[in-house]
Amino acid sequence: MTRLSDSFSRGPALVCFITAGDGDTAANLDALVAGGADVIELGMPFTDPMADGPAIQAANIRALGRGTKTADVLQLASDFRERHPNVPLVLMGYANPMVRRGPEWFADALAKAGVDGVICVDLAPEEDDDLGPALREKGIAPIRLATPTTDAARLPMVLDKSQGFLYYVSVAGITGKQSAAVADIEANVSRIKQHTDLPVAVGFGVRTPEQADAIARVADGVVVGSALVELVATHGDKAPEHLRALTEKLANAVHSAR
Amino acid sequence: MTESKPNSFRNQPDDRGHFGQFGGRYVAETLMPLILDLEREYTAAKADDSFKAEFDDLLEHYVGRPSPLYYAPRITEELRKDAPEGKGAQIWFKRDELNHTGAHKINNCIGQILLARRMGKTRIIAETGAGQHGVATATVCARFGLPCTIFMGATDVKRQQPNVFRMKLLGAEVVPVTSGRATLKDAMNEALRDWVANVHDTFYIIGTAAGPHPYPELVRDFQSVIGREARAQMLERTGRLPDLLVAAIGGGSNAIGLFHPFLDDPSVKMLGVEAAGHGLEGDEHAASLAGGFPGILHGNKTYLLQDDDGQITEGHSISAGLDYPGIGPEHAWLKESGRVDYTYATDTEALDAFQLLCRTEGIIPALEPSHAIAAIGKVAREMPEDAIICANLCGRGDKDIFTVAEALGVEM
Repeated sequence: MTRLSDSFSRGPALVCFITAGDGDTAANLDALVAGGADVIELGMPFTDPMADGPAIQAANIRALGRGTKTADVLQLASDFRERHPNVPLVLMGYANPMVRRGPEWFADALAKAGVDGVICVDLAPEEDDDLGPALREKGIAPIRLATPTTDAARLPMVLDKSQGFLYYVSVAGITGKQSAAVADIEANVSRIKQHTDLPVAVGFGVRTPEQADAIARVADGVVVGSALVELVATHGDKAPEHLRALTEKLANAVHSAR
Repeated sequence: MTESKPNSFRNQPDDRGHFGQFGGRYVAETLMPLILDLEREYTAAKADDSFKAEFDDLLEHYVGRPSPLYYAPRITEELRKDAPEGKGAQIWFKRDELNHTGAHKINNCIGQILLARRMGKTRIIAETGAGQHGVATATVCARFGLPCTIFMGATDVKRQQPNVFRMKLLGAEVVPVTSGRATLKDAMNEALRDWVANVHDTFYIIGTAAGPHPYPELVRDFQSVIGREARAQMLERTGRLPDLLVAAIGGGSNAIGLFHPFLDDPSVKMLGVEAAGHGLEGDEHAASLAGGFPGILHGNKTYLLQDDDGQITEGHSISAGLDYPGIGPEHAWLKESGRVDYTYATDTEALDAFQLLCRTEGIIPALEPSHAIAAIGKVAREMPEDAIICANLCGRGDKDIFTVAEALGVEM
């Protein structure tokens, strides 16, 4: 049992995303946990976040503008692990900052910081060698994404060597934009679950407790990012109370499906 | 030949799109199925005589190919003045600046729009920096009646107004991109974001020999018409191959187009010229090979301008067309394999070379090939008088006269 599998074993899980280095990140993370987030996804800022919509792009720019370095992201992670020994923590980001000092260096640093998994947006399964083996060697889950364009022929390749959970991107597009119909999500999640025992979490375009509730009834997890990141943008250092309030509503919605 | 050398330098990439350790397909999962489709479709098109016939026909009658191969006597003489006795190579130019739309970019756009039609795509998007690729894309979209959206950094929109107006005249929608530093790489990010949201009907015409596989390969193949023509023309005119090929490099599409057909001619040396901006010692340059490190951006692994954390830094060059923090992956491989040499020229050197070509040959070059001409100025004097240098004059300078005037302190 890992921290990740444990949190999904209790029924639908709420996965909350914020960007490292944006606002008072440690306080923001604590607010997500206090609000009932089951899994934390911490964004590693990158200059060129090409899969992200305006909200998360802006968060990346704010974080980098404040001088956030890879070392700071790792420190935030290891401090989080000390404060919250049982809450799974996943890093999400782009390949270049992850492989810059070599995949072994990165995997080792994550293991020391107590990180449970990595979502690397632009590392297709075809290029797994760049990071996957080093992560698995250190017991860190490489979490892959499947999308509406991932067809049946391709799905086994995506699932192969995938660990932790599968992140189902519910719309063909960027983060935070439009939302998919629940019926489509249900059909796709059940299609994916025929091929894997991994929990399937659904993200991209999930903003409200109502959406979270509906998705939690058809999936193992719900990922919310842009809506939380926008609270950090709007409220700055006052963000934690707002993050906690929204997370509570989302968590209630997701957990009510248990 | 040592064991580590490949039998041919012309059989890359491998079936996974890798040029040695470079290239590949580093894209979000949403795009992967489309990239694989494109690869299948391109493989089929390559084997289809009617595709090749249509491409060749358009290049001849619409683009104006073959472009001339021109011996440039006065710049040759000018450079010999400073050369030691018996030195000073002959300078020849492949005149791709005479193409329709004024640069080599159109070769690739013709090829890609034919692929888009083959795949049944009904909408075209592209990124542009200086606007040359945007103009070429808008041109082929007008020619084939497809709607076209061009992403252009807001900074570039301001400094390249004539090209913005050209694109609009041709019927394109120009979207100013304000994210990041609002230049070429941000335009490419935004084009990728549009593409990922519109995969079902949209074809992305990438402007240089970079991006996820199969783009570096197909852009190279479409641009290789430059080198195939130059090779045949040189043999016909002189009965021999050139001793040295020279081309400017931003992403590297004109250079790979010239070089690739010659890669297995061991007597032909090659020199790619990056933009050194204000010099390599600071951050104000765009020389990814000379001043960068291998990394992953925009779908491929290649040399990138980046910091210790892998954050991408902004390139600078007086030539907006060279102002990109990466380079096509095949160049990264050709550098590491030693087959091609790479050097650089600064803004100042390029400006001097620009004026030299204007005065000696009556040709106003774009600032991009002015970098190649600057490098020729250094190497021609080391080579014997009967040696032949062939450089790609990949664009004309009409678009650059305002930039040059400003740099020379001339009010227009």
